[in-house]
Amino acid sequence: MKYSLFSLLRQAASGHEHWPAQWRDPAPKSAYDVVIVGAGGHGLATAYYLAKEHGVTNVAVLEKGWLGGGNTGRNTTIIRSNYLWDESAAIYDHALKLWETLSQELNYNVMFSPRGVMMLAHTVHDVQVFKRHVHANRLNGVDNEWLTPEECKEFCPPLNIARDIRYPVLGGALQRRGGVARHDAVAWGYARGADSLGADIIQNCEVIAILRDQSGAVAGVETTRGEIRTRKIGVVAAGHTSVIMAMAGVRMPLESFPLQALVSEPLKPVFPCVVMSNTVHAYISQSDKGELVIGAGTDVYTSYSQRGALHVSRHTIEAICELFPMSRRLRMLRNWGGIVDVTPDRSPIIGKTPVPGLYVNCGWGTGGFKATPGSGHVFADTIANERPHPINAPFSLERFRDGVMIDEAAAAAVAH
Amino acid sequence: MLIVRCPYCGDRPEIEFRHGGEAHIARPVDPGATSDAEWADYLYNRSNPKGLHAERWRHVYGCGRFFNALRDTVSDFFVATYRVDEARPRILLSSEQRR
Repeated sequence: MKYSLFSLLRQAASGHEHWPAQWRDPAPKSAYDVVIVGAGGHGLATAYYLAKEHGVTNVAVLEKGWLGGGNTGRNTTIIRSNYLWDESAAIYDHALKLWETLSQELNYNVMFSPRGVMMLAHTVHDVQVFKRHVHANRLNGVDNEWLTPEECKEFCPPLNIARDIRYPVLGGALQRRGGVARHDAVAWGYARGADSLGADIIQNCEVIAILRDQSGAVAGVETTRGEIRTRKIGVVAAGHTSVIMAMAGVRMPLESFPLQALVSEPLKPVFPCVVMSNTVHAYISQSDKGELVIGAGTDVYTSYSQRGALHVSRHTIEAICELFPMSRRLRMLRNWGGIVDVTPDRSPIIGKTPVPGLYVNCGWGTGGFKATPGSGHVFADTIANERPHPINAPFSLERFRDGVMIDEAAAAAVAH
Repeated sequence: MLIVRCPYCGDRPEIEFRHGGEAHIARPVDPGATSDAEWADYLYNRSNPKGLHAERWRHVYGCGRFFNALRDTVSDFFVATYRVDEARPRILLSSEQRR
């Protein structure tokens, strides 16, 4: 069913009781052309573009829990593409361009809101690094501009630009095309799109083994709902990638950490943009429900627990209170953690693996949501054509062996 | 916040420590005879298990010493901590510790 004003009026006339389900709940078939492991935003986008762009519709997306229940539903929804290195700028801006028309593409309102992402500089080093970012981004056709503290304040009135705070604001880098989107709607929109094109989205179906044939190539997966034969597997399992890849005997350059986020009680609209401060670890925006959405840091130890220690959230809240004094009496509503898979150079891994037929899309670390459409788009292309798309070719697993890092860790000086 | 048992100082809060990554990773003995793939495995690949993890910790705001720990990465429960010159204890997780 196509969503439109007409369909809305027609359903309203019958009391909104006859909306059809947005996707089916099929039982797994015995075989598929492609099996995607993980029904988060990236996995569902991969299934969608496999069907839409490459005509590969005999696809299963396997999810051990519920659709979009992992990091897709746990992130702080920030979208930007102002990365330093050419390879990163290419993939993140590819994603940003897809975000701009995604609601129309999917006929599903993902509430993409390019309200501007402002990254604050608090030290001389920050200023130098961010200005370098601005210039590098412009050379890559990515919009980014330098703001004085007064211009930062004008763009985000709640900001405290007093000179006598612990980390005064010395300026900021603003990407006006950046913003936020409704994270759940992204998963739902891609799920509905992929399902309508023929993909089976199978929830509560955990992969417990990867089957291989005599040549060592992929032959299928063993799941909690039975065996599924396939010649191509795309692993898009975020924090659990190491676990899935170990089933095929592939060791990964990944460590999984809990990343925390929290939201405040709802407020009237007071916060017009996204503000990030890598130096004091504060990431904040306001959702359409009115809650201030706050990103905290990762815990220091590897974990799969989807929760973290309170002192990590507290550290972020202290920074928020200093930068935005209006928030000092605000109460926090809830906090949570997601498990993020972090690579040594803080750039993702997208491509083939040493096992024929096994493809991986992982390592997005603390910043994968923004890349969802672009990631799915190039990964689908990689699986369909059995070779990397030019945009994700540099993000190979072999770059660690060959020493060709895409070192966004050094570029950003923090996880990002 | 986790309570970490330093083998030298006893139980201390997590913020006194730094996490040092996976333990028992041996540097290749003969660099000249080590392939690029083996170097990459040593430098970058990690077991990253869901379950018992042998890992290094350093008591930076205490005695300053490194030690090893066995921790369940599902519950974050510390099963054991031990000195770096000790072998990894042969311990399996009981269901009680998992809680």
